[in-house]
Amino acid sequence: MKKLFALTSGIALCAGMASANENLSQMMEDPGQWVIQTGDYKNQRYSKLDQINKDNVGDLQVAWTMSTGVLRGHEGSPLVIGDTMYLHTPFPNIVYALDLNEDGKIKWKYEPKQDPDVIPVMCCDTVNRGVAYADGKIFLHQADTTVVALNAETGEVEWSVVNGDPSKGETNTATVMPVKDKVIVGISGGEFGVRGHVTAYNIADGSVAWRAYSMGPDEDILMDPENTMNLGKPVGENSGTNTWEGDQWMIGGGTTWGWYSYDPEENLVYYGTGNPSTWNPAQRPGDNRWSMTIMARDADTGMAKWVYQMTPHDEWDYDGVNEMILTEQTIDGEERKLLTHFDRNGLGYTLDRVTGELLVAEKFDPAVNWTTGVVMDKESPDYGRPQVVAQYSTEQQGEDVNSTGICPAALGTKDQQPAAYSPDTELFYVPTNHVCMDYEPFRVSYTAGQPYVGATLAMYPAPDSHGGMGNFIAWDGKKGEIKWSIPEQFSVWSGALATAGNVVFYGTLEGYLKAVDAETGDELYKFKTPSGIIGNVMTYTHEDKQYVGILSGVGGWAGIGLAAGLTNPNDGLGAVGGYAALSDYTALGGQLTVFALPN
Amino acid sequence: MKRAASPILVAAILALGLPAVASAQSWSDQPVDISADHPEVASSYEDGGKYFTADDVPTFNIKEDGTVDWLTFSGFRRYHSECHVCHGPDGEGSTYAPKIKNSAVNMDYYAFVDTVVNGRANGNSVMPHFGDNQNVMCYLDDIYVYLKARGMDAIPRGRPAKKEAKSDLVQENENACMG
Repeated sequence: MKKLFALTSGIALCAGMASANENLSQMMEDPGQWVIQTGDYKNQRYSKLDQINKDNVGDLQVAWTMSTGVLRGHEGSPLVIGDTMYLHTPFPNIVYALDLNEDGKIKWKYEPKQDPDVIPVMCCDTVNRGVAYADGKIFLHQADTTVVALNAETGEVEWSVVNGDPSKGETNTATVMPVKDKVIVGISGGEFGVRGHVTAYNIADGSVAWRAYSMGPDEDILMDPENTMNLGKPVGENSGTNTWEGDQWMIGGGTTWGWYSYDPEENLVYYGTGNPSTWNPAQRPGDNRWSMTIMARDADTGMAKWVYQMTPHDEWDYDGVNEMILTEQTIDGEERKLLTHFDRNGLGYTLDRVTGELLVAEKFDPAVNWTTGVVMDKESPDYGRPQVVAQYSTEQQGEDVNSTGICPAALGTKDQQPAAYSPDTELFYVPTNHVCMDYEPFRVSYTAGQPYVGATLAMYPAPDSHGGMGNFIAWDGKKGEIKWSIPEQFSVWSGALATAGNVVFYGTLEGYLKAVDAETGDELYKFKTPSGIIGNVMTYTHEDKQYVGILSGVGGWAGIGLAAGLTNPNDGLGAVGGYAALSDYTALGGQLTVFALPN
Repeated sequence: MKRAASPILVAAILALGLPAVASAQSWSDQPVDISADHPEVASSYEDGGKYFTADDVPTFNIKEDGTVDWLTFSGFRRYHSECHVCHGPDGEGSTYAPKIKNSAVNMDYYAFVDTVVNGRANGNSVMPHFGDNQNVMCYLDDIYVYLKARGMDAIPRGRPAKKEAKSDLVQENENACMG
């Protein structure tokens, strides 16, 4: 059966696939392929494959490896379409098509020419979270914001468009999401005063179908004052400008560099927006809508159906861009269509994804202290707002005051590294950071194309805990509870994979690929790859054999913040330098490692 | 009254294409030998709350009880806003960019300023140019003396615990520079 499917999809590939996106949805049903970075439109990162299972995963071996030829941080994962693997790299954003029938022989290679001037305006490393596939095309969103559609068979450029302006600090690190006849594209640059947006390009020719900004006039943000809902109430007129002072929304941030999910029945695209610019909250009074917001938009028109701002008037750089995981689960005897999101701010949210009703908002790391929690009383004027603790409020403490002991740190209890969800256990598997910070905001001026930050940070492992900087947790999204938690020495910066074999995989910054029991978290297997892992685990079959693939290549925010180790300035001199330095464990180098069971 | 060339002035000279001091070749993680002779380190005189070497190069001044001069403290703040996202905390370097605390000792002041103002590239390693960024240019001496103090191990990692007050002259110059 599996073979038959692979065969038919292969034929479709050759035929060029006019109506590919129904086809893409179908292809997602085939566990033998890995056709989208997020595993499926739901972002569950769950595979039905069970050849590798909790009883035999301990026997896993390296099947083959490949150097990417690039040293920077390697995020994302390869795709597998039929018998071809598509592998991307960080800047310069090379794409390789590898023939799985010939031990990964290179069928074609695409290397764009990009102005190196884009490199320094990419805050925190030149990562890229991978290519996408639809309609016989491979979509690459380059660092310089060029979106290019490559012929999947030949690597030839079919069309290319420019999504942003790097001279203003607009860059890209994210993948794109093909939906029906469009491809959904975001933008980076929140530390440069970029005004974030999401754009849908027509797959056929790269023309713009719609663009929705995160802030600005109603016609820019594609919100209907009457019909776009915010926690059950219409957003009203000018919702994208009336919580900003003057024209500050024009450099308001709210970039869109995270992951995207899609519900075909509702025809809604879900994503989150990033921090408002600058990091100095005193310089931008108001709630700064719609930064830090979960968005649900119509895939055809871009019109927002509902929104929910998680962190009004951000004071800590808690971008809201992390993935929205879609599930169907029973709550109080009723099957509901849910959206679960693990935010940088340390709260795990579960919402009804049809209406945007907030169901659960609970801390997914007990260290989180900037808030006492979210007001859940629908009658309260503060419904849906997090209650901020004055001691940890960089706004209330004020400019030029160093607020200490804030948990989590700016990198969040979780950053973009995606969680996985298993419908078998109904648990989410979440890679997390266990890091706190001191934060001192101060006045900065804006210059186009220059950093627009305005805060000094010191980060250190969560005090009075296990001393490590990360945890890998299992989370019950209905109750908002941690089921189990594995302490890790470093932040877990790798996307997880859950499988029907009752195994969950993730990578560590030291470079280990780990497999744990989906029920208990017990470690079943680990292998140290050549460099630290910030990529996402994927799986596929070839000739009926299951493989697990992971990109190594340390870097990204983690490589910058943790390379030399952290110190806690509040610990006193004795403890300084007492924490692990990543540079003692690993070095640069991009490599794909593919695992399989012995024959 | 002696006063070192301000970064803005240096930027202007460079923009005019006048000959600048040849820049140091290495900007990698070259270690610093603290015991070696470093002519650009020892403080010779103070002027309006800033410290200078005998050659009028800005430098740090750390008292025996650990009190740092204002510029070193201010440099700590500005570094961890503008620079640490690539060069890592405390100038310690990262997987992405070199240990800049050592560069502040190994490079001479004018080459350091030149690099920050104009940027430089070495293949896919690129240092951006900050010449038109007031948040960097108005605090370039601050960042420089802070990193030099780190490179010479004159201050430990982390936020300096004690600092001198900001002088009126420093405040005046800051207001003028930031506009």
